[in-house]
Amino acid sequence: MRVATSVITSFLLSLLAATVFGGPVAAETTTLRMTWYSDGNEGEVMADLLKRFHAQNKDIEIVLDQVPYKAVNETLPVQLASGQGPDMARIVDMGGLSRFALDMRPFLKDPTYWETNFGPFLEWMRPAGDTKAIPGFMTQLTVTGPFVNKTLFEQAGVAMPGEQSTWEDWAKAVKQVADKVQAPFPLALDRSGHRFYALAVSQGTQVFGANGEPDVVDDGFKRAAQLVYDWHKSGVMSKELWGSVSGTAYRGANDEFKNAQVVMYLSGSWQISQFAKTIGDAFDWVAVPNPCGPGGCSSMPGGAGLVAFKTTQHPKEVARVMEYLASEPVLAEFYSRSLFVPGHLGLAKKGIDYPTAGPDAAAALKVFTVSAAQISPIAYRTQGYGNSRIVLNAVISRLGQAVSGETTLEDAYKRITADVAQQISERNKK
Amino acid sequence: MPDIPSAIRPERGIAIGAFSRLGQSAVLPVGVALRLLDPPMRWIQRMIGARQMAYVFLLPNFVFFGLFVFLPIGINIVFSVTGGTALFPSQRPYVGGDQFAYLFDCGSYLDPASCREDHFWRGVANTAKFIVFQVTAMVLISLVTALVLNMKIRGRGFFRAVYFFPVLLSPVVVALIWKWILQRDGLLNAAITTLGGQKILFFVDPSWAMFWAVFVSVWAHMGFYTLILLAGLQAIPADLYEAAEMDATPRWRVLIRITLPLLWPNMIVVIVLALIKGAQTFDEVFVLTGGGPGTATLMVVQYIYETAFSSQVQNFGLAAAASVVLGVVLFVLTLLQFAAARRKEV
Repeated sequence: MRVATSVITSFLLSLLAATVFGGPVAAETTTLRMTWYSDGNEGEVMADLLKRFHAQNKDIEIVLDQVPYKAVNETLPVQLASGQGPDMARIVDMGGLSRFALDMRPFLKDPTYWETNFGPFLEWMRPAGDTKAIPGFMTQLTVTGPFVNKTLFEQAGVAMPGEQSTWEDWAKAVKQVADKVQAPFPLALDRSGHRFYALAVSQGTQVFGANGEPDVVDDGFKRAAQLVYDWHKSGVMSKELWGSVSGTAYRGANDEFKNAQVVMYLSGSWQISQFAKTIGDAFDWVAVPNPCGPGGCSSMPGGAGLVAFKTTQHPKEVARVMEYLASEPVLAEFYSRSLFVPGHLGLAKKGIDYPTAGPDAAAALKVFTVSAAQISPIAYRTQGYGNSRIVLNAVISRLGQAVSGETTLEDAYKRITADVAQQISERNKK
Repeated sequence: MPDIPSAIRPERGIAIGAFSRLGQSAVLPVGVALRLLDPPMRWIQRMIGARQMAYVFLLPNFVFFGLFVFLPIGINIVFSVTGGTALFPSQRPYVGGDQFAYLFDCGSYLDPASCREDHFWRGVANTAKFIVFQVTAMVLISLVTALVLNMKIRGRGFFRAVYFFPVLLSPVVVALIWKWILQRDGLLNAAITTLGGQKILFFVDPSWAMFWAVFVSVWAHMGFYTLILLAGLQAIPADLYEAAEMDATPRWRVLIRITLPLLWPNMIVVIVLALIKGAQTFDEVFVLTGGGPGTATLMVVQYIYETAFSSQVQNFGLAAAASVVLGVVLFVLTLLQFAAARRKEV
């Protein structure tokens, strides 16, 4: 009985002690959730940085939810609309999700730092009409551009077109190479609106009409669409990417490129880390400047931003995490280890060291950094437009139908115009 | 128990006793809970009478059914008469029948290209085509398989398990397995090239893509339907076959005059269930072909999913309207199933 009494007494005392001493400390720890998708190793790098942040800030714990890219595009918007979203997320549709973004200015120690270093990109994250909000920062600036399997060119004995070469020059060259080495994909374009617009902008599309609203199907657009259509007919492009799935489904040719089945792959800078890791010494690959057309040689910018959301219960803590991650040394490390083109103007000016990059990756990073400086204003405007994804998705959906032989290009043009108008009107319904 | 050796008997007795005690202690909380419920139930019975007690017992199930079936149907109908991109119905503007009018705005329903929302009608046409081929193939193949598995063949148990096994797999797993088999560098193309043929790009040709969508669906689900038909075959009285044998009736005549008429109620169930399942087809085809090439294998449910979630403007209203249309079709098919089931009972 005496033993039982002493056991119960010590249990109650320890419970009391835990409540008095342990309780408040535990209650002060704020847990934040960050939703994150990865193309390469950036998830590992972010996890590492967050661990370091927690070591310095014991009162904030961040749970990193690593999800597929598709979940960020499809599930996250519903989570946010229902008020059940994370505190922060790495997103690509910055304009589309801008209505959920938190303006962190009241909680930031130095908003000027953000304006100075992320200024042009902040416009991509702000709701229409807002010119001041600071919702987040760019985890990477992406530049659309081609990767070329140099080894296949060498094996075929075909000279690689040089800088300022046109799309037609490249199409001819890659077809020659593919025919000689029996590669099934002479030219592969991701089934993505961004990649199509890298071609369309260089063909001179203006995207917007005089009233500032989208006027998608113009002469430049038609030239680009005709090229894609003809390339599928002539075998320069395989129907396996654009013609094999429906709607807005994204299809890349990463695996095909890694397996040396693609001669030229129009994708972008985010692939560097992945290719460096997976291709290794299997063959030589290079990134080349965007091919040119009547509208110039500009590629399309894009990128992903880490954005804070206004549904968070802890805006101050979120701002502290964001300040840490966006600080120059931390962000420099992040870009460097992830092999990303910096989306921080100061760091872009200073240049980033990529000590982990092999020679192929280092050369590719150099090419994309140069391309980033040559992006045309219309390409930036298209990327920054709040309804840009409506345009991009309508284009791939309808061109995909034309490529697969289901409709004509003329029908596709009419449908693109109608789809864009209908979806913007639906989005504007209040 | 005279056949059980006495040496074993006590052990069994102990084991049974232990299990019995274990069972008793496991149901003890249930017994306590029921005893607690007893007084209020008695009170309710006194108040409403014994005849009405059935409704009280039905109530818990009805609450769950209402919450998870009727309420979502109601919410779906509410969404179908609203527009915009807001998630909560209270924030969505009422648009009446606009979504339905948009869906049904067609020059000719037989030509999806003449419709404003052509993807919906392409989905309808593809689903109809899929149902015709899939249900026909499913019923015929399941019937033949059931007839074979009902015969006294060697390894019958093994084959019954083999045909049923794909039913246990997740549709996504099924589709991924077949995707690996059918892709450019897949198993089938490897076999074709080994035999000296040319690679076939199955997912680029619309006819091949539809063929494989139907094939994979039949492969994955025929075990279930075979089982229903097998149960029906085993319920046919053996004396009918014995009588036919004594009369030296040819086998094909036995099949047509005895087996098929007596199996007909099961066949109706199989046909209607396959029709409903066919109209709901999504996951397998979505993973296998992505709805392509173009929109050659885009099904209605994929259209609904993409309109609501994967298009940039998440058009819940239009998707809900399409769901209501699909729901009406499924309701009609379900009524058919009920009618068929009633006929079977008669």
